[in-house]
Amino acid sequence: MKKSVFFGALTAAALAAGVAGAATLDDVKSRGELICGVNTGLVGFAAPDANGNWSGFDVAVCQAVAAAVLGDPSKVKYVPTTGQTRFTALGSGEVDLLARNTTWTYSRDTDLKLQFTATNYYDGQGFMVRKDSGVTSAKELDGASICIQTGTTTELNLADYFKANNMSYQPITVDSNAEGEQQFLAGACDAYTTDASGLAATRAAFANPQDYVILPEIISKEPLAPAVRQGDDQWTDIVRWTIFGLIAAEEYGVTSANIDELAKGTENPEVNRMLGTEGDLGAMLGLDKQWLVRAIKANGNYGEIFAATIGEQTPIGLARGLNAQWTQGGLLYAPPFR
Amino acid sequence: MSDTHAESVAYVRDTMLKPQPAPAGESGAIRWLRENLFSGWLNTLLTVLGVLTIYFFVSHFASWFLHGVWKADSLAECRKIITAEYGQGATGACWAVIRDRWHQFIFGFYQRELYWRPVLTFLLLFVAVGPVLFQWVPKKLIWFTPIYPFLAVWLLWGGSVWGPILVAVGFVLAWIVFSLVGRYGSIAGFSAGAIVAILFWMFGVSPLAGILHAAIPLGIEPVESAKFGGFLLAITLGAGGIVMSLPLGVVLALGRQSDMFLIKTFSVVFIEFIRGVPLITLLFVASLLLNYFLPPGTNFDIILRVMILVTMFSAAYIAEVVRGGLAALPRGQYEAADALGLDYWKAQRLIILPQALKISIPGIVSTFIGMFKDTTLVAFVGLFDPLKGIPDFIRADFAWKGIYWEPFVFVGAIFFILNFAMSRYSMHLENRLQRDHR
Repeated sequence: MKKSVFFGALTAAALAAGVAGAATLDDVKSRGELICGVNTGLVGFAAPDANGNWSGFDVAVCQAVAAAVLGDPSKVKYVPTTGQTRFTALGSGEVDLLARNTTWTYSRDTDLKLQFTATNYYDGQGFMVRKDSGVTSAKELDGASICIQTGTTTELNLADYFKANNMSYQPITVDSNAEGEQQFLAGACDAYTTDASGLAATRAAFANPQDYVILPEIISKEPLAPAVRQGDDQWTDIVRWTIFGLIAAEEYGVTSANIDELAKGTENPEVNRMLGTEGDLGAMLGLDKQWLVRAIKANGNYGEIFAATIGEQTPIGLARGLNAQWTQGGLLYAPPFR
Repeated sequence: MSDTHAESVAYVRDTMLKPQPAPAGESGAIRWLRENLFSGWLNTLLTVLGVLTIYFFVSHFASWFLHGVWKADSLAECRKIITAEYGQGATGACWAVIRDRWHQFIFGFYQRELYWRPVLTFLLLFVAVGPVLFQWVPKKLIWFTPIYPFLAVWLLWGGSVWGPILVAVGFVLAWIVFSLVGRYGSIAGFSAGAIVAILFWMFGVSPLAGILHAAIPLGIEPVESAKFGGFLLAITLGAGGIVMSLPLGVVLALGRQSDMFLIKTFSVVFIEFIRGVPLITLLFVASLLLNYFLPPGTNFDIILRVMILVTMFSAAYIAEVVRGGLAALPRGQYEAADALGLDYWKAQRLIILPQALKISIPGIVSTFIGMFKDTTLVAFVGLFDPLKGIPDFIRADFAWKGIYWEPFVFVGAIFFILNFAMSRYSMHLENRLQRDHR
C-alpha cells in the first residue's frame, strides 16, 4: 500500500521534472548558493582541510563563479563526486557546475550531453618507474606490468598507446590513486601511470622520491575543463567567460593586489571593459558590471591561483608548461573581451 | 587378643598418606599443552604451523606498530622522526594522522562547536534501547524509546523542532484512525491509518511546521546532510536501518507466509528482487536515478534516500531469516494457538513470533552486523564513509598524502569494537531467552 503511493509520487514528480525550466542562473540566485561538483579529494585540485574548508585549483573555479554571480566566493556548496557519479550528478541537476578535473572528450561533449566551458588545465598522461629499473623511455615498457586506475580515460589512453607502438603490457587495475601508490611501492607493477599532475604529487609524497623517475613521454591530451549541462547557454557563457576572465587578467597583469586600483580605470580599454569601467559587458551575461572584479578578487588571476595551489612553490611543484600564457609559449589564450 | 599385633608385622601404616602433586607430565601447564596442543602428530604439526604464522605476522608488523609516531604535522615529519629515532630504513606507523584528523573520522564535517549534539544523541541511544535490550534497566524508561527517533533526528539535523514533532503526530494520527476503523477489521484499520498518516506527512507537515515555527520559533542550528561523515554517518545509517528493517522484515516474513494472494505475491517479489540485486546498485538508484524522477530542486535528503534503500535491503534478508525461524516452529504451536481461539495477530504476537524470533536471533544479528559494515559502501555515491571517503580526502591534503594503512587499522578497530559488542549482546540474549534444557 505504501508502495503504490510512493510510485504515484514518483510519476507525478517525473512529469513535473519535464516542465521545469533550465535557467540555472535564476536557480543559483534564488538559492543564494552555487552547488559545485568537485573531486572527493585530489591533491592540489580539491581537498578539504581539518576544518572542512575546501581549497584547490578546481575549487578556485567554483569560488570565482560564485563571486561573479552571487558576489561572495564563500557561497558555494561542494558536492563531492566520484568518477562514476559525476556526470549523473550534473545531468540530473544535483550540481550546477562540475569542476572536477574532467577531461574534455568528444563523446562526453556530445553523447553525455555535457557542455565543457573552457580548459583550465592542460594535463597529459605520464609514467613513473623505479630508477633502478633503468627504464628511461616509455618505449622501453614492452611487456611491463602497469598500475592503472579503472574507469578513467587513462585506461583507454594506455591501451591506445601500447597498441599504436605495437607493444604489450599487463594492466594491474586499482581503484584509487592511494591504492595505486601502494601497489607501485610494493613492487606489484613496474610502472604507474596517471595524469602528469597526479604523478608529480604522488612522487613528491614518497618517502624516497629520488628513487623514482617520471618518464619524459606524455602519451595523451587531457584538457581538464569545468562542465555544465547542455541546453543552458547563458549559464555556459557565465562559467566560460569567468575562466577566460581569470586567464585574461593574468595576461594583462590584473592581480588581486592591484585590482582595486585598476578598477578605477586604466589606460588599457580591454582591461576597462573587463573590469566594468567601460561599456557594460556584464549585462550581456545577465550579471552586473563588477562581476569579473569580484571573480578575480576571490583567489586572484589564473597565475595566482596556479601558484597558490599546484605551482612550483607548493609541495606538488608543477611547472606552468602548457598552462602558461600564449605569450609565454603556453596554450592559455583567452578570446578578446569586447 | 590375637597373635597379630604390631610387633608381628613388618609395617603398618596408621596415618593417611599426604596427597602428592601429580607427575610433572600430568599437571599444570605441561598437561594443558599436551592435551590441547601436542596430543598427536597432526595437532603437533598444526601447533608448530600456527606458532610460525603468528611469529611471521608479529615479526613483520611489530616494529611498524612499535615505531608509531603520534605527534607530527605531516607524513614527511613522521618519517623524519622515525628515521631519527630508529635509524635509516626503519618503518613505523604515522598515527599522527589519526591525532590530527580523528574528529573527521568520527564526525565528518559536522561543525566542531556542535559535536555535543551527535555525542548526546549517541548516549541517549543507550537510554532508548536500554529498556528494550536489558532487563536490569527500569521498565518505566520505555516511554522514552518511541520519542527517541524524533529527538535524534532533531538533534542531528537541527532546525525547527516542529518538523519532527509533526512527523510524530502523523504516527499518533495513524494510531487513532487505526483504533477507530480497526473495529471493522484489522486490515481496513491498518490501511486507513497508513493513508491518513501519509496524506498528513505529504500535505500537512511542511505548511503546519511553517505556521507553528512562525508562532513559536523553537529550534537549533540546522546541519545539512553534506556535513555528515565518518562514523557519525555509518552509525546514523546503521542504527536507522536496524531500527526500521527489523519490523519491516518481520512483516515481510509474515506476508510471505500469508494465505492472501496479493500480500504473499508482493512480499515474495519484494524479498526476491531486493535480495537479487547488489547493494551498490540500490545505492546508485538512491543517489542518481531518483534525481531524474524527482523535480529539480527537490530536496530529498541523500542520507534519507540511502537509509531507505539500506533498510529495504536488510529487511529482505531479515525477512528470510525470520521465515527460517517461523518454519522451525512445530506445527503444533500454530494449531495450539488456533485451538485457544486466538485471532491471527494475537496468535502471532503471543505464541508464534516470540519463539520464531528467539530462534532467529543469531541470523538477525548477523544481518545487522553485515548491514552496519555495508554502510561503508556509501563511499561510491560520494558520501564520506569512514573507511574510504574520509581517508581519501585526508590524503588529498598534501601533508598526509601517501598515508595508507593507519586509517584502515583505526577504522577497522572501531568497527570491530562495535560489531563485537553486538555479537556478544546477541549471545547474552540467547542465553537469557533459553527456555529448554534448564
